[in-house]
Amino acid sequence: MVAGETLRMASYVGVVLVLAAPLGIYMARVFTRDKTFLDPVLCPIERLIYRLCAVDADKEMNWKEYALVLLIFNGFGFVALFLIQLLQGLLPLNPQNLAGVEPTVAFNTAASFMTNTNWQAYGGESTMSYLTQMAGLTVQNFLSAAVGIAVLLALIRGLTRKTTDEIGNFWFDLTRSLLWVLIPLSVAFTIFLASQGAIQNVGAYKTVTTLEGAKQTIAMGPAASQVAIKMLGTNGGGFFNANSAHPFENPTPLTTFFELVAILLIPAGLVFAYGKMVGDLRQGYVILGAMLLLFATGLGVTYAAEHYGNPQIAAVHVAQPTAMEGKEVRCGVADSALWATATTGASSGSVNSMHDSFTPLGGLVPMLSIQLGEVVFGGVGAGLYGMLVFVFLTVFIVGLMVGRTPEYLGKKIESWEVKMAVLAVLIPSATILLGAATAVITRAGTSPILNPGPHGLSEVLYAFSSAGGNNGSAFAGLNAATPFYTILTGLGMLIGRFGVIVPVLAIAGSLAKKKAVPAGPGTFHTNSGLFAGLLAGVILIIGALTFFPALALGPIVEQLAMMAGTSF
Amino acid sequence: MSQDAHRHTTRKTGLGRDLILAAVKDAFVKLDPRVQIRNPVMFVVAVGAVLTTLFIIRDAAGGGNRPVFFNFQIAAWLWLTVLFANFAEAVAEGRGRAQADQLRKSRTETMAKQLIGDKQRIVPAADLRKGDVALVEAGDTMPGDGQVIEGIASVDESAVTGESAPVIREPSEERRDVVGGTRVLSDWIKVRITTDPGESFLDHMIGLVEGAKRQKTPNEIALTILLVGLTIIFLLAVVTLEPFAMYSKTVVSVPVLIALLVCLIPTTIGGLLSAIGIAGMDRVLKHNVVAMSGRAVEAAGDVDTLLLDKTGTITLGNRMATEFRPSPGVGEEELADAAQLSSLADDTPEGRSIVVLAKNRFQIRERDIHGIGAAFIPFSAHTRMSGVDLPGREIRKGAADAIEEYVKGKGGTFSPEVTADVEKIAKQGGTPLVVADAHNVLGVIYLKDIIKGGMKERFAQMREAGIKTIMVTGDNPLTAAAIAAEAGVDDFLAEANPENKLELIRNYQADGRLVAMTGDGTNDAPALAQADVAVAMHSGTQAAKEAGNMVDLDSNPTKLLEIVEIGKQLLMTRGALTTFSVANDVAKYFAIIPAIFIAAYPQLAVLNVMRLARPQSAILSAVIFNALIIIALVPLALRGVAYRPISADAVLRRNILIYGAGGLIVPFIFIKLIDLSIVALGLA
Repeated sequence: MVAGETLRMASYVGVVLVLAAPLGIYMARVFTRDKTFLDPVLCPIERLIYRLCAVDADKEMNWKEYALVLLIFNGFGFVALFLIQLLQGLLPLNPQNLAGVEPTVAFNTAASFMTNTNWQAYGGESTMSYLTQMAGLTVQNFLSAAVGIAVLLALIRGLTRKTTDEIGNFWFDLTRSLLWVLIPLSVAFTIFLASQGAIQNVGAYKTVTTLEGAKQTIAMGPAASQVAIKMLGTNGGGFFNANSAHPFENPTPLTTFFELVAILLIPAGLVFAYGKMVGDLRQGYVILGAMLLLFATGLGVTYAAEHYGNPQIAAVHVAQPTAMEGKEVRCGVADSALWATATTGASSGSVNSMHDSFTPLGGLVPMLSIQLGEVVFGGVGAGLYGMLVFVFLTVFIVGLMVGRTPEYLGKKIESWEVKMAVLAVLIPSATILLGAATAVITRAGTSPILNPGPHGLSEVLYAFSSAGGNNGSAFAGLNAATPFYTILTGLGMLIGRFGVIVPVLAIAGSLAKKKAVPAGPGTFHTNSGLFAGLLAGVILIIGALTFFPALALGPIVEQLAMMAGTSF
Repeated sequence: MSQDAHRHTTRKTGLGRDLILAAVKDAFVKLDPRVQIRNPVMFVVAVGAVLTTLFIIRDAAGGGNRPVFFNFQIAAWLWLTVLFANFAEAVAEGRGRAQADQLRKSRTETMAKQLIGDKQRIVPAADLRKGDVALVEAGDTMPGDGQVIEGIASVDESAVTGESAPVIREPSEERRDVVGGTRVLSDWIKVRITTDPGESFLDHMIGLVEGAKRQKTPNEIALTILLVGLTIIFLLAVVTLEPFAMYSKTVVSVPVLIALLVCLIPTTIGGLLSAIGIAGMDRVLKHNVVAMSGRAVEAAGDVDTLLLDKTGTITLGNRMATEFRPSPGVGEEELADAAQLSSLADDTPEGRSIVVLAKNRFQIRERDIHGIGAAFIPFSAHTRMSGVDLPGREIRKGAADAIEEYVKGKGGTFSPEVTADVEKIAKQGGTPLVVADAHNVLGVIYLKDIIKGGMKERFAQMREAGIKTIMVTGDNPLTAAAIAAEAGVDDFLAEANPENKLELIRNYQADGRLVAMTGDGTNDAPALAQADVAVAMHSGTQAAKEAGNMVDLDSNPTKLLEIVEIGKQLLMTRGALTTFSVANDVAKYFAIIPAIFIAAYPQLAVLNVMRLARPQSAILSAVIFNALIIIALVPLALRGVAYRPISADAVLRRNILIYGAGGLIVPFIFIKLIDLSIVALGLA
């Protein structure tokens, strides 16, 4: 069984890479205005959009303009989503007559979907009307992913351009990401999901009589289309509360597999695109190598922990020790471990199992992945720009050892870049730690905790990690719909998202201004296997050192206790 | 390091007892918060030490069963951590100051003869202002930096340059600059002072090695930002630990939290950072180079293009005779003999080299010039040849065209073989000197630029390390190409003049390269000002010195290579200690975290991989290690990480292994050893 599952996991990574490579090259062409096969259809639409919106997509922006436009754009998106939720009771496409969403939950949800977090303090089928799902949440699913790509593109331009203030045009980046990448892929994936049995309708919920004769209401809705972008855009906000454990979202083994592939597809593709766009494919491969290294380690630990399971269960002989509670029986341990590692490495946050029910160690990995900044593939765009922040830090710390001012792709990494990179790491970490610390010492924070002891601490820590890291997956076991959590995690998402985006754009602006130093034998090469290892090492050391004390009191102590026969 | 470098380190200042004592005293003086705040990482430690001390005082007053002795030890080690860091900085400063003081000593008591109109007034040298004129006579010490406006004198500049041969100073542009502290040996000069007291570059240099005036360099600022960032991250990790601990129903005392914090923040590099910077300046100074700013030293590490003057840097200053090429029908010894005769009275280096070559090849000795009745014809710009008239012989040597004219005037001919030899030598980058006896052309002497020993290997190393070397010469392209090929430089600029030199630098900079050069003449000033690292020769003009960002007191252009190495070493040392410092944290976590929470969760004993005896001994061991490692690394910070001219990738692998892997492993071993000692001594 282990051999078969290992093979399945390996083949998963293989399929992702095989699909991501051509997608990456395609995306690189899209964003550098090279010809693509979709141009004849999309170019007229693109021009039409620019004309309708009255934007000049050829006008270059400096980093401050870029950041300002991006913030304003997201601000509008946030307000629109917030209002749709409040007013959904008055709006059409609401066959279940769901009332307006409670304001703090609406705030939380608006922040959540706008920031690509997709933390859900609500149950989809019982809270959101079809209109909210389609015109509110799904729209933000697309836009937040496109914004992530845009920020990445600005950073790449900073790295590749020389002595200029200009880092591109936000509208151009946004429009191209949507038209050429996100929408076509989502359409294709929706059709695939629907063909497999994922539902796509706007009818009223059905009431059926079960085999036992009981009445059950089955929620309906346009699930397939939302699931497609939920997976592809590393959003993760499920249509239904059970997310991808729900058969209407994830009907068959094939959909499980391809939904999994979809989580990492664009993030991995962007790494290929990155190598292509900076003119050295190996720069992309090295980053990919570091990601795979961390991914394999995380997956290995989670899988082993889940497979080994809880010795206490084994002791009572009712089941195998392998921890199946909280997992979709259809998916099993391997797919659950795979999904957990992928969804937290990326900032997806979709789940097919409840991380709360993982063994403590198995649950630690997803949590740590988020805390590291979701740089293992990461969110669409966000993962790679987060990774590049760590690249800058690695280059700075390690690069000094070759006896030169550290440089990356010929650009000197100096105090401004270091300052911004440190901020980009510090802000989400601070959000997570301070948020969780506040929660565990206030009554409002501790009362919604369902499990006592270290497991409860893990739940709170996970919630704030998920918010600050813009992941959106939940550990469950925590009633996150209280105003304390909706407001605090909502703020955490906003700070965690823009507290990284703004410094990253600042770095892009500063790099674009610099000259490029030609590489030579005296240059610290960032396209070697050694660098991939160093990068992974720096990520682990900085990330792990920051969160080790908190983790020691949560999952680590819990795992040790479980091995010794105590559970929480 | 090369021979060259060794020679310059002779005037080295060791770590004497006085220096150590002074540094210990300084370490306490530097506890002044206004000084501490300059180093944010150590400031946090100092605040921690103060807080811990306050806790002890509170506990001592309140009594009870608090672990006062344990807290006392923590406080003591925290104070020591701060003091050790201060000490490191003080030692580095002390060494630099000792070096500079040696140079300054001569100046302090100097009296000057100030000239006001026709009157002469004796004033302390330190009172002289810019523009004042002073008379300096034989036996006087130069009262300050200035320019000769009248007179001529031989000056002993060994106090500043280490070079014992006296130099001539007179109002001509090349020789008018004088430096305070040097001594006039003969005659007199009138000097116009060009700097106000406290601004001469000795003072400048002293200021640079003294912490107070030292400005942080760009890379140092960037590194400080990173360290502050890490400090804040760990501050958050530790501060939030208290609520998590409260939730976990355990109490962590504030001194223990402070101990954890101090162990986690990068105190090793934080404590040594400024010492590394000062030591870098100091190493430059040891090579008798005065850097105008730390920035220049740091930039030297980034230099990837070196512009080197051919003469004096790549080649010995003078051409040397290496070969006699006789005309057809003339013996080589005959040519050598004539050549030697004609050069006996020629005391130019070229002339001497001919005599030496004749002696080496054919044992032709010095002879009694009066006995043979020789009349020497000195070189003149008009005839462009020199020679000797003997009874029956008229030996001449000189440039080919001059001799040709001479020989033809005597009715002789210039054979095609000789012409061919002349052309061949010129093509190989040499200078042909033709020797004739009246109308007979005897042959050609091959004068050659001699590449300094070891330069070729040096350039090969530079190439390996990614530094491009470019030879700059006034020679024609053909000659330049030949010498460049022989010396093994990467490129050359022939027929160089100030304009094309400046343009060359600009072109390289436009490609993103950092250029270093040396220069001495006023016409070098624009290029010096443009270059990223510009080393002016002390023997050069004031304009050149002002344009450069370093002055080489020995006027030895080869030193540029060492300066680049020092810059690289400076950056490498910072990187190595940062890596070491961060890697250390892993072990410290494994010491402290289980110790703190073992009471609440006994299971965490598994994390105590070092099997430290008791929670208190574990915490104390980590704190002690953290303090001692600073002292242990002071010598490395002062000396710098060993530099080898190998490729960046090789350097990286080596340093990662030593400081990265070493930084992970070393603390595990030493914390365990310290723990054993503590327990043996009964301290915890």
